[in-house]
Amino acid sequence: MNPNAFLPEVSATTIAELLKCYPLASDYLANMRLGKIDHDKTLPDALIDVDEDTLEEFGLTRESVVLHFCSFLSAFSKNTEPARDISSITILGGRDKSGRPEQIEITVVPGEIVSIVGPTGSGKSRLLEDIECLAQRDTPTGRQILLNGNAPDDERRFATGGKLVAQLSQNMNFVMDLTVREFLEMHAKSRMVQNPSEAAKRCFACANSLAGEKYTPDTKVTQLSGGQSRALMIADTALMSASPIILIDEIENAGIDRKEAIKLLAGHEKIILMSTHDPLLALRADKRIGIKNGGIAKILVTTETERQSLTSIEEMDEILQNLRNHLRAGETITSEMIPKMEEKHVGTL
Amino acid sequence: MKLITVAGPPSSGKTSVILKTIANLKLPEKSVGVVKFDSLTSFDHLRYEEQGIPNQTGFAGKICPDHFFVSNIEDAVQWGRKKEFSILVTESAGLCNRCSPYVNGILSVCVIDNLSGVNTPRKIGPMLKYADIVVVTKGDIVSQAEREVFAFNIKEVNANAHVLFINGITGQGAFLLAKYWQDALDIDTLKDRKLRFTMPAAICSYCTGETRIGDNYQMGMLKRMEFEDE
Repeated sequence: MNPNAFLPEVSATTIAELLKCYPLASDYLANMRLGKIDHDKTLPDALIDVDEDTLEEFGLTRESVVLHFCSFLSAFSKNTEPARDISSITILGGRDKSGRPEQIEITVVPGEIVSIVGPTGSGKSRLLEDIECLAQRDTPTGRQILLNGNAPDDERRFATGGKLVAQLSQNMNFVMDLTVREFLEMHAKSRMVQNPSEAAKRCFACANSLAGEKYTPDTKVTQLSGGQSRALMIADTALMSASPIILIDEIENAGIDRKEAIKLLAGHEKIILMSTHDPLLALRADKRIGIKNGGIAKILVTTETERQSLTSIEEMDEILQNLRNHLRAGETITSEMIPKMEEKHVGTL
Repeated sequence: MKLITVAGPPSSGKTSVILKTIANLKLPEKSVGVVKFDSLTSFDHLRYEEQGIPNQTGFAGKICPDHFFVSNIEDAVQWGRKKEFSILVTESAGLCNRCSPYVNGILSVCVIDNLSGVNTPRKIGPMLKYADIVVVTKGDIVSQAEREVFAFNIKEVNANAHVLFINGITGQGAFLLAKYWQDALDIDTLKDRKLRFTMPAAICSYCTGETRIGDNYQMGMLKRMEFEDE
């Protein structure tokens, strides 16, 4: 919507009424140190009482504040989420570091999980970057990314820049000094959801169900353990992030329910790219992209045998999990806690 | 020659962003130059030299850094033209959060980092408010939610800005910034162009070297705080 379209409304309505329709507008006034102006007047009238020098400190005049305010309303009224309507992403192969063509094409749809495997430095982040900037054969890899089957134009590339991919990785931290509740409400507010405190509550319950050790909404985010932080980040990304694609970088060692975490993300119609060598996670994916020498070397579809082997991998995982729990409780590990593997299993492992 | 002005708080990652973006431009060597405006010291020239990027550094010293910028920018442009650059980048540290070195029509980039606190975008002022592009660095070490809230707070202050996330270490995201730079305006001079925002009015006795405190020594442009009476 054109900013000027807001001009008649802003000129004729009292500030109090405007704030009812556009609650975010109070942030605008606070940012310009105008929070205390007379809310029973219209903005142009209320500004008459404001010292021009104060406005000038912000580079504004009585007239330009009104226009600036209109463009604020316009920016937050239009659909600012160009990434929402994505039904598929296609990667068309480019070339690897030696210039050899990749000869691949892979399409991923929401709800699908793709794991990315390959040694450190093989080009996993390069692949992510190509997706993030919607490469059009103009990045070093020469890959092309299609959205819903079509090549996005420049405008679309710029508009989605940075909003397409949400990232979750082992080395991420919280830096805000807020409680879990405040943190979630702040995020909900920035996504302009109808009822931020309700959304925050839902997200918190979800995060707590993933965490190995439970916590309260009044805990400071900076005081959460590694596993608790990861659980909160995953729940928050699934329920509140704007990005349709999620890249997960090695979450295996965190104290969280990994299986549930992946299910949660996929269940929210996100496209999940997961860089992992944890069999429990990698085999749960629908496909695996193998990266070598900067290029996509192969695309594997998870086989029936691999899927079936998940049950025994889960059993092994449970044994280890159980040992961790005993250690956490300050107990002694006994040989009974480690079941003997059957002969044939030992042979194949 | 295209001129790009890059500003941002100290240590926000301006130099890293500039280096990564230049690498993404894929222009022949010596066709992009950098002029760094700083106040006292700077070690950034070493990093530019390492990459073979022609650069000049100027120190404002006792002059207000933004006044220093505006009185030297035209000479910087002429230096760039003489060197036959296709792109000249200026880098300046915003020190008092009051000013911005942006010029009408000239692509302006503000660099801030995600670690500086979610409310920082609301405090930075004209340097953020008047930028065409706001680059957020160090986003790889904070949570997705903090990145999103940070970007939202930027939008609240500068609704029309393009917000880009760039990793200054790996260069991830710099590709898009390079695309914007390629579309920047070609100029021969800045003469008669205007700053987007006024420089601070600071002509008081302290500007001219006064150090003593008290009413007797304060002259010129003054602004007194009002304290609440009980």
